[in-house]
Amino acid sequence: MGDPPSDPDPPSGPPDSRRRSSQVSRRRRSRELQPTFSEEAEAEQIPLDAGILQRSQEYLGSQSNLQGWSPGAALTQQDNLMFQAEEAQLGGIEYPSLSMGLPIQPQPYLEEGGIQATRTASLMLQQLQQGQGNLFQQLESAYQGAGPDFPGLFSMYQGDDLQFGHDAPHGPYLRDDPALQVSLSELGFTPFTVEVPEPEPRELAVQNAKAYLLQTSVNCSLSLYEHLVNLLTKILNQRPEDPLSILESLNRTTQWEWFHPKLDTTRDDPEMQPTYEMADRQRALFVRSSGGEGEQEMEEEVADSPVPNVMESAFYFEQAGVGLGSDESFRIFLALKQLVEQQPIHTCRFWGKILGLRRSYLVAEVEFREGEEEAEEEEVEEPAEGGETPDSPGEEEGEEDEEKAVDVVPKPQWKPPPVIPKEESRSGANKYWYFVCNEPGGPWTRLPPVTPIQIVQARRIRKFFTGHLDAPVVSFPPFPGTEANYLRAQIARISAATQVSPLGFYQFGEEEGDEEEEGGAGRDSYEENPDFEGIPVLELVDSMANWVHHTQHILPQGRCTWVNPLQRTEEEEELGEEEEKAEGMEEVEQEVGPPLLTPLSEDAEIMHMTPWTTRLSCSLCPQYSVAVVRSNLWPGAYAYASGKKFENIYVGWGHKYSPENFNPPLPAPTQQEFPSGPEIMEMSDPTVEEEQALKAAQEQALMAGEEEEEDEEEDEEEDPDD
Amino acid sequence: MDAESLLLSLELASGSGQGLSPDRRASLLTSLMLVKRDYRFDRVLFWGRILGLVGDYYIAQGLSEDQLAPRKTLYSLNCMEWSLLPPATEEMVAQTSVVKGRFMGDPSHEYEHTEVQKTNEGEKVFEEDVVVQIKEETRLVSVIDQIDKAVAVIPRGALFKTPFGPVHVNRTFEGLSLSEAKKLSSYFHFREPVQLKNKTLLEKADLDPSLDFLDSLEHDIPKGSWSMQMERGNALVVLRSLLWPGLTFFHAPRTKNCGYIYVGTGEKNIDLPFML
Repeated sequence: MGDPPSDPDPPSGPPDSRRRSSQVSRRRRSRELQPTFSEEAEAEQIPLDAGILQRSQEYLGSQSNLQGWSPGAALTQQDNLMFQAEEAQLGGIEYPSLSMGLPIQPQPYLEEGGIQATRTASLMLQQLQQGQGNLFQQLESAYQGAGPDFPGLFSMYQGDDLQFGHDAPHGPYLRDDPALQVSLSELGFTPFTVEVPEPEPRELAVQNAKAYLLQTSVNCSLSLYEHLVNLLTKILNQRPEDPLSILESLNRTTQWEWFHPKLDTTRDDPEMQPTYEMADRQRALFVRSSGGEGEQEMEEEVADSPVPNVMESAFYFEQAGVGLGSDESFRIFLALKQLVEQQPIHTCRFWGKILGLRRSYLVAEVEFREGEEEAEEEEVEEPAEGGETPDSPGEEEGEEDEEKAVDVVPKPQWKPPPVIPKEESRSGANKYWYFVCNEPGGPWTRLPPVTPIQIVQARRIRKFFTGHLDAPVVSFPPFPGTEANYLRAQIARISAATQVSPLGFYQFGEEEGDEEEEGGAGRDSYEENPDFEGIPVLELVDSMANWVHHTQHILPQGRCTWVNPLQRTEEEEELGEEEEKAEGMEEVEQEVGPPLLTPLSEDAEIMHMTPWTTRLSCSLCPQYSVAVVRSNLWPGAYAYASGKKFENIYVGWGHKYSPENFNPPLPAPTQQEFPSGPEIMEMSDPTVEEEQALKAAQEQALMAGEEEEEDEEEDEEEDPDD
Repeated sequence: MDAESLLLSLELASGSGQGLSPDRRASLLTSLMLVKRDYRFDRVLFWGRILGLVGDYYIAQGLSEDQLAPRKTLYSLNCMEWSLLPPATEEMVAQTSVVKGRFMGDPSHEYEHTEVQKTNEGEKVFEEDVVVQIKEETRLVSVIDQIDKAVAVIPRGALFKTPFGPVHVNRTFEGLSLSEAKKLSSYFHFREPVQLKNKTLLEKADLDPSLDFLDSLEHDIPKGSWSMQMERGNALVVLRSLLWPGLTFFHAPRTKNCGYIYVGTGEKNIDLPFML
């Protein structure tokens, strides 16, 4: 056993002690011990950093001095318990000291506590050195009679001044700490010679319980103890109302959070990548294109921009309860502005939105400037011509083969119906060009012009749009084209059926010729009426005659102006004249549709249901309301009019309303077989008897023939004899 | 959608194009508050709008503490005065299944449907044409019930089932993560489960009984009757039903915002298999 430790450093002297004692005086302590403290303090120098080392030294020293160390240790531990109960406020949430033993931990602790600890330690040391036997006996008795006696006993030892603050000391073993070991070696003895005190049964039970709770399993590195700590911390931090009722959910959430810690801010979240990319692209919309000119550009933009006032339309449509939301409308406006900058556009309008399965389409209706679109049309036509030329060499070869082969492969006599030519652009169904994009900020794609056959087939099928323009349209009857063509056809149909304006907004231009000369097709152009004064909203709502269609109706043929499909061009007449005359000309009736600018009251009813519904946007304030017209035939088509303004929009799936169920057309009846004729008629082979009979008949005929000849010869022979 | 977050929910659901005008929104905010007080509901949902020829029906539903208990449905023509609708019965649904076409918009309108009924009188059998009158209110009730049973959606984790049976709103629901939000299996039907017991034991072992107690959407027939899209640049998941076009469900991943609204004509899309 070593000597009492000698201080390595010179004592700071009385001033320290006095300071310490003044600090300590705040604590309750018995005065009789105070002077002893101050005496003892001189012997020690207690730098705060090494304070705990001192403490440990002292304990070891006292341990070495004491014969029965364990009671003393037990007492100090119990001192700890008492002390901690008081010190709980200082240390925040503290864990009760469950384990016992030598608290050799170089932890940071409160300055006061440190001082107090060392002071208490020195106090104890001093007392023990003084060899107060009765003290020792008291210690023993205190240990044996654990219980309510403690507070009384502790007051002698200023138990409250002990602190073993922050963390529970570990079990009855010495921590293997190099710093400690250095100090211990200075003392001249090793830890291994220290006797480990026997823990009390109750404390042992507590230790075991905690060790059990700290267990982690192979599956999971989170122990129940840590989890409960996290859970209680979370509850105490967040302080939810009625935590008991959400205890299970909190439990689940806490566990989840442990295994899914929030990522470091320096790392990228992989899930959010597409969102960030989209946001970047949309940010590009908001940047002004070229910020060089400044004011001049602003004036140009303000003066003559074809970009429509989407926000104004959105505001009016919102009154009607239709719309995509104001911020989305603004983004659409910016996207249209981008489109106008990219393409040579004369007028532009936001047509609407068509919903799809995976993505939706935003559609813009544009009109190009004069002469700008021709370049692109040529590209479209070339592939069509290229496709035709390979056919003709094939036919020539076929004809050559015909001459050589004996058996002729029967040619089908079915001829495809004549292809109805599509309408020229800027007229009829192709009056406008349409651009689509999936999201504002995405690239705009131009839709091809629509052909009549596409419109006819689109009327017969009913398919959802997927959102990808190149997706095939699998249907019966087969649709000639991809989704882009189907989309264009539906847009054409919707435009023709639901684009309406108040009566008088548009008027026909000056008459250039009689209607009869144009073949009864009617006028197909209109212009704005500068004298339009607006129709009162109430009248617009009351009568459908105040609204007119301003797009041409599409005939059953698929075009707006009728074309006789049997009119041949010159080339075809030369080739096929004879055949046609043989078949006979079929009479085709000219199709007539309602002329332009027909009022809506003339529209046909759907099963006793009016095709249009009108509404005032707000019944509570009719003076400021907007007249809203809703189509029942194409659900999703809306139009509003107020004063001199009006606008159309379509938001929907892109299908017509049909009260009956959709019946897909049945497949065509099986084609007739090749007309039977003798060359393909199957005849049964003659049987053996028939062949023999035939042979016998032939022989007889021969025989008869020979006999006649013989007779003649005999006759001839007989003659010369005479 | 919850009446308490009405404005935000309407904004998020606006991608389908149909919503409410500002005056209706204002009326709803006020009147739903009063409805909650008067009927002592725990939660009031604005269910949606059924478009009729002459007028529109605005529908609200009130829930009690147990979210799966039968709800009370109310309708209004002007978002101010609400009338309670009777609960739906199977007879009603069967009776109104013969009515086709749009809603008129007038609750007292009666549809006439002629049925051929055979009546036995002694030994003779008479066939009479009986004209059955079906009220539009009945039709409204049955349509709302059908839509709820078929396509009302709730994300996984938004409700949890207590051991005693009642289902409560999960206050610690933080929203689905982005990867979960893109899967159809993270969304459940907001109705009593029908197919849950048909799952194999192996599947049931992976389920969490407090969260997975409803049918998920991924086994709906026909497959593909839900269209899932990300809108607003991946910040919003929108589910649209193709069977009842007009029903939109929205959820902002990683947030608590979710809800559904129906704005449509109230007719089922029977052509769905041809259209996919």
